[in-house]
Amino acid sequence: MNEHHNPAGSGSKMQGGQMQISAISKYFGIGPLRKQIINDCTFTLESGKLTVLIGPSGCGKTTLINLLAGYETPDSGTITVDGSPIKGPGKDRLVVFQETALFPWMTTLQNVVYGPMVRGEKDKKELEDEAMHLLHKVGLAEFRDKYPLQLSGGMQRRCELVRALINRPKIMMMDEPFRGLDAMTRELMQEYYVRLFEENHLTNLFITSELEEAIFLADRLIILTNRPASARTVIEIDLPRPRDFKILVTKEYLHYKQNALEILHEEAMKAFSVGSGAAVADFLEAYSEVKAK
Amino acid sequence: MSAISLFFFRTKLWLKSPTPYLTLLGLTLLILLWWLTTEVWQLPRFEKLPGPVSVFKEWVSKDPSYGISIYMPEYYGHIWRSVLRVLQAFGLATVLGVTLGLFMGWNKIFKDYTFPVMEILRPIPMLAWVPLAILMWPEREMAIIYLTFLASFFATTLNTLLGVESIDESYFRAARCLGAKERHIFFRVVIPGAMPFIFTGLQISMGVAWFSLVAGEMLAGEYGLGYLIWNSFILVQYPVIVIAMVTLGVIGWASSAIIRFVGTLLMKWQTRESS
Repeated sequence: MNEHHNPAGSGSKMQGGQMQISAISKYFGIGPLRKQIINDCTFTLESGKLTVLIGPSGCGKTTLINLLAGYETPDSGTITVDGSPIKGPGKDRLVVFQETALFPWMTTLQNVVYGPMVRGEKDKKELEDEAMHLLHKVGLAEFRDKYPLQLSGGMQRRCELVRALINRPKIMMMDEPFRGLDAMTRELMQEYYVRLFEENHLTNLFITSELEEAIFLADRLIILTNRPASARTVIEIDLPRPRDFKILVTKEYLHYKQNALEILHEEAMKAFSVGSGAAVADFLEAYSEVKAK
Repeated sequence: MSAISLFFFRTKLWLKSPTPYLTLLGLTLLILLWWLTTEVWQLPRFEKLPGPVSVFKEWVSKDPSYGISIYMPEYYGHIWRSVLRVLQAFGLATVLGVTLGLFMGWNKIFKDYTFPVMEILRPIPMLAWVPLAILMWPEREMAIIYLTFLASFFATTLNTLLGVESIDESYFRAARCLGAKERHIFFRVVIPGAMPFIFTGLQISMGVAWFSLVAGEMLAGEYGLGYLIWNSFILVQYPVIVIAMVTLGVIGWASSAIIRFVGTLLMKWQTRESS
């Protein structure tokens, strides 16, 4: 994490955080209603890398993240972090959700220090200093005493990012965290997020249904199949870091995008043939953006 | 901006809006209608009712014909007895109701035991409890407080339970994920999360407390506003009935306003813009 506040011995810098997902499957419902959501899904979150998962709408992305976070258990297959299987949710794998899960009855600062506070780590002063340092980085320092409802959508997401980061997780998982933000805020959030990642190099998993966002952020892009979801293709995104939005007009970027679009198209068409219109709409939107360029 | 200047600014805005004048107009119309039907036109069946002029005269009289006016200590004695009963019953209902509601929402097994019992007892109208209440308690006073307590208790418990159940699952997830123990979740998630519903419950509870109190006092009381209303009816002191009714209205409104005020103070996080 950040060097300034990293006490010796916590060893959180470049520290493992390798997650192995092996042949997991997940079903929901019982009897004739039983449905397979995830099918024999295998991939790796490499230590210190930002992995982006992308797939058609409704393909089971959120189920996948719930499995990795430990909120649900797979029906078969294993999930390990640095070799040991996961047991339920833990502070080594923190999730930032689509909907904000900030406690509305706590101020920005109270929300951020909640984790270490309930675990009884460090004293209050030290914690608040660290929290303020992180809040400062994401431009929220002067909003420390505001409640979540008094913050804009973008600020809430930044606050949530900080609330997760202060716990020094080995793995950060983001479940479409910028969904529902307006275009400007979204771009800003992507920049904040990329900057934080490039500073701390935690293992990151980012789930999205937006291709542009996916390629802009990723070291590795994993494309999921339509439901039941499994990892279809892994594309190593070899764009230079630190990144900014200028890369969106480079040839390399467009090449990756074209490549990924073709695979997504196939998956979208499969989804369409089984009746998911939303997946196709997602695809067509992404496609029209490419044509416009 | 300081709190005081903000208050003046808001008051000024309020005075510029049509709201206060419409409020005043509504009240005036009500009193006018009452005055016309009872004292001016003296419509059939209305001519026996006390009109606003006679009620007002009695209310502010230094030497009231029926012994109840703002100058008479008896008037405040009745008010005080009623307020005291409501405070005791409401306080007890709040402590027990909130505690029970929180635990019912928190523990599924406990809820399975208690909820059906609650749901059968809750719909029984408070008046149906009167005979048993009189038999159960050695003193009338206790019976009245018991009756006042009952309805309040059910309203508070049910709303607290709904409050806990209304808390989004994602807050529990977030708390557990961050390493919170059950006791942290109870005090930092369950209680504050249920707070908006609890306060809705307390407002309802206060309303039904006054309702039950008056019914209880009419049947079994020796003091209090409910007793005053019934007794004045028997003694044909009609203006006193209306004085007691209006007094009940004002006190009931004030007690709800106090609860709302405390609620807003405790739940600043619900306001979107901060002042």
